[in-house]
Amino acid sequence: MMNNIVRREVIPLLSDEDIVRARKIVRDWTISLKFSLVDQTKLVTAVSELARNTVEHGGGGSALLEMLDDSIRRGIRLTFEDQGPGIANIDQAMTDGYSSRGSLGLGLGGTKRLVNEFDLSSEPGKGTRVTIARWK
Amino acid sequence: MNDTFASKIPALLAKYETDLLEEWIKAQLDATTLRKDLLSSADLRRSSDEFLSLLRRAATTGNLLNLNAPEWLPVKDFLAGVSRSRASQGFTPSETATFIFSFKQPLFTRLQEECGSDSRALAEELWIATTLLDRLGLFTAETFLSSREDIIKQQQLEMLELSTPVVTLWNGILALPLIGTLDSSRTQVVMENLLQTIVETGSEYAIIDITGVPTVDTLVAQHLLKTVSAARLMGAQCIISGIRPQIAQTMVHLGVAFGDVITKASLADALSYAFKQMGITVLRKQN
Amino acid sequence: MEKIPIIKMGDFLLVSIQVDMHDRLAMALQDDLTIRVAKERSKGVLIDISSLDVVDSFIGRMLDNIAAMTRALGTETVVVGMQPAVAITIVELGLSLENIYTALNVDKGMALLEARMKASVDENDE
Repeated sequence: MMNNIVRREVIPLLSDEDIVRARKIVRDWTISLKFSLVDQTKLVTAVSELARNTVEHGGGGSALLEMLDDSIRRGIRLTFEDQGPGIANIDQAMTDGYSSRGSLGLGLGGTKRLVNEFDLSSEPGKGTRVTIARWK
Repeated sequence: MNDTFASKIPALLAKYETDLLEEWIKAQLDATTLRKDLLSSADLRRSSDEFLSLLRRAATTGNLLNLNAPEWLPVKDFLAGVSRSRASQGFTPSETATFIFSFKQPLFTRLQEECGSDSRALAEELWIATTLLDRLGLFTAETFLSSREDIIKQQQLEMLELSTPVVTLWNGILALPLIGTLDSSRTQVVMENLLQTIVETGSEYAIIDITGVPTVDTLVAQHLLKTVSAARLMGAQCIISGIRPQIAQTMVHLGVAFGDVITKASLADALSYAFKQMGITVLRKQN
Repeated sequence: MEKIPIIKMGDFLLVSIQVDMHDRLAMALQDDLTIRVAKERSKGVLIDISSLDVVDSFIGRMLDNIAAMTRALGTETVVVGMQPAVAITIVELGLSLENIYTALNVDKGMALLEARMKASVDENDE
């Protein structure tokens, strides 16, 4: 199925304020696509989790926002990228409750449950890229 | 096709607007797909007239093939409106598309007269006219289908809400009597509805009664348990009542743990539990 | 620096979170609140989150930490007014908020705190 990209935007993720801004922009996009309130909240929460990972663990990076239209349904795709230390053990990072710092953040498993598509690739020393999508 | 070819269609539409309108209306009235039961001839005349004048205005720009250009917006808006209203009135897709396709004949006849013996010009004109009307016709069919889908979705939602009402049993106690088979999407809608009602009414107790539910699969059981957890986070208690023996057995086999969820055999037991928690006692009047 | 206001209401402290908090602001609230609880010898803390449309793991953990810290100081914390969509998302995310009490609104939260105060007085009397 062809994914048409209707709109795109890049959000830099370097500070606390950028995380808030990412939440706000994604909320506006979900409203414009008429997502239900629960679906809006799930995607915005997932964005908040991943944006924080990019800022805190990845040492900053960016999120690419894309509005998709495959002619049957519409959705939002986000790609979070950083050049940080990367994740050595991806399976472990996906486990609920796991956090590399022990105190902050939650395993990525919970975030994955909030979206329809989730893809994680990471190379130790090179960085991390997480792509998520949620369809209406 | 030659891009520089200047079509006579715009001029033709302007010159013969009234004649074309009459011939087109006649063609529509003669068509076997006409729904006299749904559409009066006055309405048919009004929409045909409006479409023709919008088509004429859009065509004056000379662009007859790129319908994404801004000048075609009024035409598409009008057709979308027609398709939507016909979809909700109960027309079929072909009956709706015939509105546009039936304009071919009067237009082709005029083109033939206009081009005379110049068969190359006629071929060009017919090609443009067909392409244009086909695109407009397909557009009506597409809007028709998407409006039908919207109607169906809306009706499904309404039926879901009708079939599972959240009722107030007592000030502060809600009940959700579930009846029939639960699928994952129905459970989700119903549960969101319950949580919303908890907030709106400020009810601290909600009884989910599943006496009328024949089977529960893992996914539905998980939705139920998630609802109980979500209600607790909001500050309300859910009580699940009416779990039938077979369902209890399935749950255990599926490995679904009810944990610390409050369960009661019947709705009555659940209500008396909520009363007790709220400090309410029911007494028989002594004579 | 911007701050979330903490209002004293008799024996209780009330915090109403109205803005989308960034992480430093949330941490500041955690510090301010524990200091105020100790200083005022408050009997209870109410945190109204009815205006919050997102509670992610960071904010969730902050709320849970506040509850645990105030409990260590002998005070209970009640989080009130969580929106259904937020509650559903927290459950899906798998976040457990073990230390917090919850109530539907400020009135019910206050009633809950009063009931708990009474219960603990009764226990001490025995």
